[in-house]
Amino acid sequence: MGFIVSILFSFFAVVVVVAVPWIGVGALDLRFLFGIVVPYAAMAIFFIGVVIRVIDWARSPVPFRIPTTGGQQWSFPWIKHNRIDNPKSTWGVILRMFFEVVTFRSLFRNTRLEYRRVEGAPKIDYEWEKWLWLAALLFHYSFFVIFLRHFRFFMEPIPYFVQILDKLDGFLELGILPFINGLGVPTVYITDMLLMLALTYLFVRRLYIHQVRYVSLPADYFPLFLILALGFTGILMRYFIRVDITAVKTLAVGLFKFHPKTPEGIGVIFYIHLFCISTLIAYFPFSKLMHFAGIFLSPTRNLSNNSRIKRHINPWNYPVKVHTYEEYEDEFRELMVEAGLPVEKQPETTAETGEKE
Amino acid sequence: MADVPKPEELAQIDHRPPVFRPWIDSPVEMRKGIYCYGAKGKNLAVVDMPNARDWNPADEDWKLPENWEDIIKEGMSDRLDRFRSFKLFMDICVRCGACADKCHFFIGSGDPKNMPVLRAELLRSVYRRYHTLGGKIFGKLAGARDLTEDVLKEWWYYLYQCTECRRCSLFCPYGIDTAEVTIIGRELTNLLGLNTDWIQAPVANCYRTGNHLGIQPHAYKDMIDFFVDEIEEVTGVRVNPSFNRKGAEILFITPSGDVFADPGTYTCMGYLMLFHYLESMGLDITWSTYASEGGNFGYFTSHEMAKRLNAKMYAEAKRLGVKWILGGECGHMWRVINQYMDTFNGPADFLEEPVSPITGTKFENGKSTKMVHITEFTADLIRHNKLNLDPSRNDNLVVTFHDSCNPARGMGLFEEPRYVIKSVCNNFYEMPPETIREQTFCCGSGAGLNAGENMELRMRGGLPRANAVKYVHEKYGVNMMACICAIDRAVLPTLMEYWVPEVQITGVHELVANALILEGEKERTTNLRGEPLPGMEEEEDV
Repeated sequence: MGFIVSILFSFFAVVVVVAVPWIGVGALDLRFLFGIVVPYAAMAIFFIGVVIRVIDWARSPVPFRIPTTGGQQWSFPWIKHNRIDNPKSTWGVILRMFFEVVTFRSLFRNTRLEYRRVEGAPKIDYEWEKWLWLAALLFHYSFFVIFLRHFRFFMEPIPYFVQILDKLDGFLELGILPFINGLGVPTVYITDMLLMLALTYLFVRRLYIHQVRYVSLPADYFPLFLILALGFTGILMRYFIRVDITAVKTLAVGLFKFHPKTPEGIGVIFYIHLFCISTLIAYFPFSKLMHFAGIFLSPTRNLSNNSRIKRHINPWNYPVKVHTYEEYEDEFRELMVEAGLPVEKQPETTAETGEKE
Repeated sequence: MADVPKPEELAQIDHRPPVFRPWIDSPVEMRKGIYCYGAKGKNLAVVDMPNARDWNPADEDWKLPENWEDIIKEGMSDRLDRFRSFKLFMDICVRCGACADKCHFFIGSGDPKNMPVLRAELLRSVYRRYHTLGGKIFGKLAGARDLTEDVLKEWWYYLYQCTECRRCSLFCPYGIDTAEVTIIGRELTNLLGLNTDWIQAPVANCYRTGNHLGIQPHAYKDMIDFFVDEIEEVTGVRVNPSFNRKGAEILFITPSGDVFADPGTYTCMGYLMLFHYLESMGLDITWSTYASEGGNFGYFTSHEMAKRLNAKMYAEAKRLGVKWILGGECGHMWRVINQYMDTFNGPADFLEEPVSPITGTKFENGKSTKMVHITEFTADLIRHNKLNLDPSRNDNLVVTFHDSCNPARGMGLFEEPRYVIKSVCNNFYEMPPETIREQTFCCGSGAGLNAGENMELRMRGGLPRANAVKYVHEKYGVNMMACICAIDRAVLPTLMEYWVPEVQITGVHELVANALILEGEKERTTNLRGEPLPGMEEEEDV
């Protein structure tokens, strides 16, 4: 799959995702389908799918204790132990997992290879490279904050933390464009900008970095484009093509209270936004996006390095055929005796003399 | 080395993969100098492994069993059910590329299929085809492909170009461990009798004679006796090791490489001298000819084979009635001991929790496996001032330390060897931080790749390590690299000769032995290698 085909395929897939509700609601007025059936179906697929996937992973046992040790082991009191990168106890593992999940600690280690030749001789350097870490962090946190902010649409009254978050996120009080500011257009959320920026970077680096381009699949471009479309429709709705927020909230609250309604007067842009997020969450269980759950099960990260201290049990451990000492001595007994090595059974004298002659 | 390109030629590496030709449409091209010879039938048969026959990877026909596709597919399903690691690592990669330029084989070869992500994708593509909905429906669009003979050959070529060093796994945000993928991938190839002979012959030897090199018991003793003579020549002291001795307190197991070839032999002499020194202080230790191998080439074959070879350690400890086991300087031996042994062949309830007979220190980090690493043992001795050392005898050396991958990323043994080295040497310098400790680079020849016919691959894979050595050689005049791995000691001299000829290789206990002042020793004029000690160059000439 060449990268051009991969990108085109993913791009058109997202175009379809946008076109379906556009036609469905804009032309055919299938508001019940796109406002209620699709979101519920997507949520069902998401929850059931994720649970099935996690159960499926968990069904396979962890036969061996194989943490990747990234620091000094616990040995003597006078040697400083790295309890996060080489955990000995469950607490250490909790810390390691916490930093892995919350700060992307492993990705923070990232470096970039700098390969040169000086007068024919290779010269290798490992350069500072935190951009991937930064973009990944910004993307995930922005998405998370935006998700939380959306609770002001789902809940009545709006929870206090959402109001605070809203304030913080908008604290720059910038207008989307200088001339629009002050004309009733809401101020810009920082996370909106960061999300789009981070996504763009993640896409551009897939194209720009030779090795990453070479390994990228449509499955890598598709979620990027889909989330870009999601963000783009959201931004459009907030700043440019305003929709009836009260009606949207009626629909959203209805969905969450299981009393779904499809009020009149919501622009088609909203249904496109809703269909994008529905597609995204329905796509989750079938895709690499499952890494959000997989990280918690990763045996190189979620196990302590204590297999010399406490026996780790392999549930399918089975007896194997070994070459016993008796078989070994039977083969080499004469030679061993001759070399003065102790043996369990003395050789028969006739055999020994026979050997010697 | 005749066939290996010169360093200047080999250094012409392009790390940019082709722009337009996708990897999935680029069939494998097996190059001589990169792969090892195929496993011989007799070596497969000794351990009852399937499809035992002679075969040649260069041939079109690999003499596969008729139903080989079914064997692989079933083998894969079976392992997905048995290893959460494998299942998870097939599913959650996002191809962020953080691992891509971390692999020493990619850095040294530029071959894109040596990027850890792509090495795993070679298997994932087949996994998707038979185990995921997307792969079944969308095929290539979902990054899936059929299992064909070409695919199998590609697997083989690249699975035996990975040293299972786990450097990529350190950088992966989800902890995806290519070593795990390689280990299981190799298990699959072994279902069809597709091992390399450089792995399979040691496995067969180890099974029968107790060690990889096939040294028979009397010869093993002969070789150690030879070291005893050598030690006497250098120090004037005659050491007296014992073998297969029942009732000893401690069983000592080290890789047979240390008994067989320089410079590992000097490390072996180091063990012998240390044990002799401690004898009068209460050390009661024996060697074994049956468990005469610390290393485990079975681990490069399959989990089962690893377990079968590893079983000898506990079996011999039990037979001899020792209290605990001391392990020598070896890399993957310690990955197996630390992360597998007790699970494979434990519980070792017939042994006692290890205690140093000299210092009384309880080795609590080994209380279940009942095994202690010799640098832990020696570091504890030095810490308690039990060793009479003269580090100036190593003053002609400017030393650096190569963290072997397995004790580094499969154990976390960083400070103990450094503490020992710094106690016995006055000149010690670290290589750059991106190349040591948990970020250490592989020697390029681990996991059974230390053959002769794949020398080009080895020189390529060892390039990042060599580059770091060169840096400290030029900056600080480093002329000796210490390590705690027998494969390192076997392969790094060749690597250094190729890239940084001024630097030699040593085990940590060779350095210890040179500094160790034995009771009743004569005035030493040379080190264990027979080279004059600092300040003794004159005496040598007389």
